Amino acid sequence: MSQTATPGAGGQAVLREAEHHFDYTGRKLGMWLFLFTELLLFGGLFIAYAIYRHVNFADFHVAAKDLDLVLGTINTVILLTSSLTMALSITAMQKGNRKLAVWLVVLTVLCGLAFLFIKYFEWTAKISHGIYPASPELMKLPPGEVRFFGLYYAMTGLHGLHVLIGMILLIVMAVVIARKPSRVHSFRPDDADETMAGARPAIVDGDGKPLWKGGIIDENVEQVSVVVRLKPGPHTIQPSDYVSLENAGLYWHLVDIIWIFLFPLFYLIT
Amino acid sequence: MAHGHSEKGGHIVSYGTFIGVWLALLMLTALTVAVSGVDLKRLSVLTALAVACIKTSLVLGIFMHLKYEDRIFKVMFLVVVVTLAIFIGLTFTDTTLAR
Repeated sequence: MSQTATPGAGGQAVLREAEHHFDYTGRKLGMWLFLFTELLLFGGLFIAYAIYRHVNFADFHVAAKDLDLVLGTINTVILLTSSLTMALSITAMQKGNRKLAVWLVVLTVLCGLAFLFIKYFEWTAKISHGIYPASPELMKLPPGEVRFFGLYYAMTGLHGLHVLIGMILLIVMAVVIARKPSRVHSFRPDDADETMAGARPAIVDGDGKPLWKGGIIDENVEQVSVVVRLKPGPHTIQPSDYVSLENAGLYWHLVDIIWIFLFPLFYLIT
Repeated sequence: MAHGHSEKGGHIVSYGTFIGVWLALLMLTALTVAVSGVDLKRLSVLTALAVACIKTSLVLGIFMHLKYEDRIFKVMFLVVVVTLAIFIGLTFTDTTLAR
């Protein structure tokens, strides 16, 4: 941006940038605090799992054999890959490569969709076999297996809900980044009234060649200001342009971490 | 601001680092699935959880930039882990000692 306000009368206009108060660390700290509450929420369920498994050790092993290890592994790979594309999109954004960042976020959302699709497939297969909470089929099984499937539906269900929320969050972020002209700077000379009366504002390039000329500033003009819209690019990107994406990414990674624990605890204990 | 800290903003991690971490995560997943087929008795749960913890620290540290954050982030995370550990520990003393 090489736009310069030229106060015709030659007065030394003081260009004052609109003050931006932006707390980068604070924004991220807030997100982390929220993530900690999420960890404690899932932590409670993990404690329930640990206790029930401790009490019904053999039943848990038998019940876990009913889960599809192949689908569970595929879903693990999908979520890990989505975490990669999420992390890459933040680096892309930090380097000012907006287009790449948007595509990586879209890829992340598609991975989330694939994960949920497989999860849906798994659940419906189980439900068609009569295994769902409080089903007559399930109630015939030993109490340990009933608890296993109860926890399975509760924990993967809550996790799936988080995947869905994460996807919605990321879709919003993709739209926000794609549309971002983001920062608007407004400059307003302090002494516009005295020095600019009767002058003609113009925008000139580096060589002084006029790009645009305005009308004469007469008594009808109430305010003279220059508004610059900055698109985030390699040279103009600022933390305020990507902190929201980073926070959405933090949420997505947390969902991945929870799956990292759900996977061995439900699929790998046969 | 090609590398290191951008102006009062976040640390920029290179694409290559992320891809390396991703490969490590995939290998750990393959490892944990392969080991689950081997009968290690009580140890199999411990190895599965140990691998899960390593994977988590990779995601937390690199993907989530925790390694590059201010100390306050790490301290807070530690507080959460300790809190959870206390909950788990106390609950287990209840189930194992009460019967």
